[in-house]
Amino acid sequence: MAETTADAADAPHDAHDAPSRRDFIYVAAGAVGAVGTIAAIWPLIDQMNPAADTRAMATTEIDLAALQEGQQIVATWQGKPVFVRHRTAAEIAAARRDDYAPLKDPATDASRLVQADGKPGNPAFLVLQASCTHLGCVPTFAAGDYRGWMCPCHGSHYDTSGRIRRGPAPLNLAVAPYVYLTETSIRIG
Amino acid sequence: MSGPSTYQPKNGFTRWLDARLPVMRLVHDSFVAYPTPRNLNYWWTFGAILSFCLAVQIVTGIILAMHYVGHVDLAFASVQRIDRDVPYGWLIQNIHSVGASMFFLAVYIHMFRGLYYGSYKAPREILWILGCIIYLLMVATAFLGYSLPWGQMSFWAATVITNLIGALPVVGESIKNWLMGGFAIDNPTLTRFFSLHYLLPFVIAGVVILHIWALHVSGQNNPAGVDPKDESDTVPFTPHATMKDLFALTVFLILFAIFVFYMPDSLGHPDNYIPANPVVTPPHIVPEWYLLPFYAILRAIDFNVGPIDSKLGGVILMFASIAILFVLPWLDTSKIRSMRYRPVARQFFLIFVAVCIALGWCGQMNPSYSMFTAGEFRAGLHWVEGGQSIQRAVTAESERRAGATFEEAAEAMKAEGAQIVMVDRSSPTDATLTAISGGQLREAELTAHSLDELEAQIAERKAALGAAGVPYVEIERNLPFEFTVTRFAQILTAYYFLFFLVILPLLGLRETPGRVPETIAKSIRGAA
Repeated sequence: MAETTADAADAPHDAHDAPSRRDFIYVAAGAVGAVGTIAAIWPLIDQMNPAADTRAMATTEIDLAALQEGQQIVATWQGKPVFVRHRTAAEIAAARRDDYAPLKDPATDASRLVQADGKPGNPAFLVLQASCTHLGCVPTFAAGDYRGWMCPCHGSHYDTSGRIRRGPAPLNLAVAPYVYLTETSIRIG
Repeated sequence: MSGPSTYQPKNGFTRWLDARLPVMRLVHDSFVAYPTPRNLNYWWTFGAILSFCLAVQIVTGIILAMHYVGHVDLAFASVQRIDRDVPYGWLIQNIHSVGASMFFLAVYIHMFRGLYYGSYKAPREILWILGCIIYLLMVATAFLGYSLPWGQMSFWAATVITNLIGALPVVGESIKNWLMGGFAIDNPTLTRFFSLHYLLPFVIAGVVILHIWALHVSGQNNPAGVDPKDESDTVPFTPHATMKDLFALTVFLILFAIFVFYMPDSLGHPDNYIPANPVVTPPHIVPEWYLLPFYAILRAIDFNVGPIDSKLGGVILMFASIAILFVLPWLDTSKIRSMRYRPVARQFFLIFVAVCIALGWCGQMNPSYSMFTAGEFRAGLHWVEGGQSIQRAVTAESERRAGATFEEAAEAMKAEGAQIVMVDRSSPTDATLTAISGGQLREAELTAHSLDELEAQIAERKAALGAAGVPYVEIERNLPFEFTVTRFAQILTAYYFLFFLVILPLLGLRETPGRVPETIAKSIRGAA
């Protein structure tokens, strides 16, 4: 700065202590340049985010009529697998009986059936994201200690409400956001 | 280290070129006249082997990219086409996939060499850090490349690794979706992985140039760890090091060729010959062998530490295990480079090598696999045949008191003559107690060799009793101490970090080093 501030007209004070107008212009220009650079880089970073067509595939509709009691289907929603399970009366009873058992991630069965709009769900149909909360494997249907699901990767056992009961997974299987369109069809997402 | 240039242009053209772009001088000073310590052993040949590996991966990779199709529907088939239909495609693809393993084999030897002979100590800190950066880039490149064939292991490895990033608090999910380009591993992920897999090797090549530059400034370390005193302690790079490196490379290539020609798939996983399927997980997801130790560290954390859950804890430790290498030059307090003269440190080093290998073993095992158990898994079952049931509703004052209240009520009912009492909780503070009195109390003892086996037996027995009209079974589990792979991995992980954070810093201050022989401490001719 010493050279540029040597001009007495620009530097009314002592050139070495006080910032001059030229210093201010340098800093201001630098700041504008930095903002401009960030603005120019942003599109290069943001392009990696989910594209419009990917986001457009964000809902999936499922017809429940074909799903028999005791069966489950694995649907895909946003490219991820989703379990839709038609539970038997015994499975529903088993899930409710353990509502207040010692759970790693406490939740009642009813709270896991609530639809995305807040209305209570039908206990017969459980809609869950099919991704083990440990490291994202797809658990096996009707396996494990509680006959809910068991993850084959590292042995996490889930009950018939999809709650974690034994194994390394930290959380219950996540509920997929769904709403009933009619008595026998739902929309996920 | 290399001193003033000794390059002499031989003819008119090289004199003309040297005055304009002294590239011949650079090559001469770096790879011909460059003085290397006389006492280098064969562990010092891996630098050249690694340069060769990088060149092989880049050349075969560029060729494979001419035939590979980066699309989820076509990628798997295109790799099969390379293997079956493209002229010599089988050879080039095998060299590329086996080459990745060979690259890592060589880099691990190179790194352990550096650790043993203290090649990270002053003045080679930057050299070491550049090496760590190259290693990190290699891991990233290998991971990206492994996902390209789009087999089951490719897909699920990508899923597991991106889920690790999702473990970060608050921003994890957004970063994960940003990396994947969607809400799951899909075509946008594959195409960007391909693009980056093509890019990173060239970044590695750039850092390798810096690595060699730093090496040629500080000079090579040597097995004695004592800097060459004068020119008589060194020999020119060419022909001495060039020929020795070429010989070592030839031996290395024999191993390389054995894998390429006789067992190209032995280092991979058979499940990667199944096309990727997003709704079916392979029974056992494992990374390639060279990443197994880190996978073991990741899974070793199966407990929460305060606000850090087990998953995030594992992720932090896994990254820390590599990050710690970057600060190693300042953790090791010993001024002596070579462990030849550090007898105690040498023992700890050998344990460290064994620990890294054992971590690799843990990485490919099922983490809940029992290495040994102190006794059997037992469960006592009690039930009543016949008898009458009485139900009683109990309400506890508060949620906190609920457990104790129900237990007291159950004891009271037992005192009144109930054989067994079952508690069904219907809300946080309410429960229905069912007591069965009269009838015949039956019991059974189940034993098994694993928890899974025991739970299966219990479930089976309960189902049988339920069918026979016995609704309530009391179960008392008696589990022995179990030493699982996870426990083993925890001990190994602890040693891994202790070695860097405690053993090396303390040892350097306390140990009595071995004496460096006169013949090494002084230069060969200088001693006379």
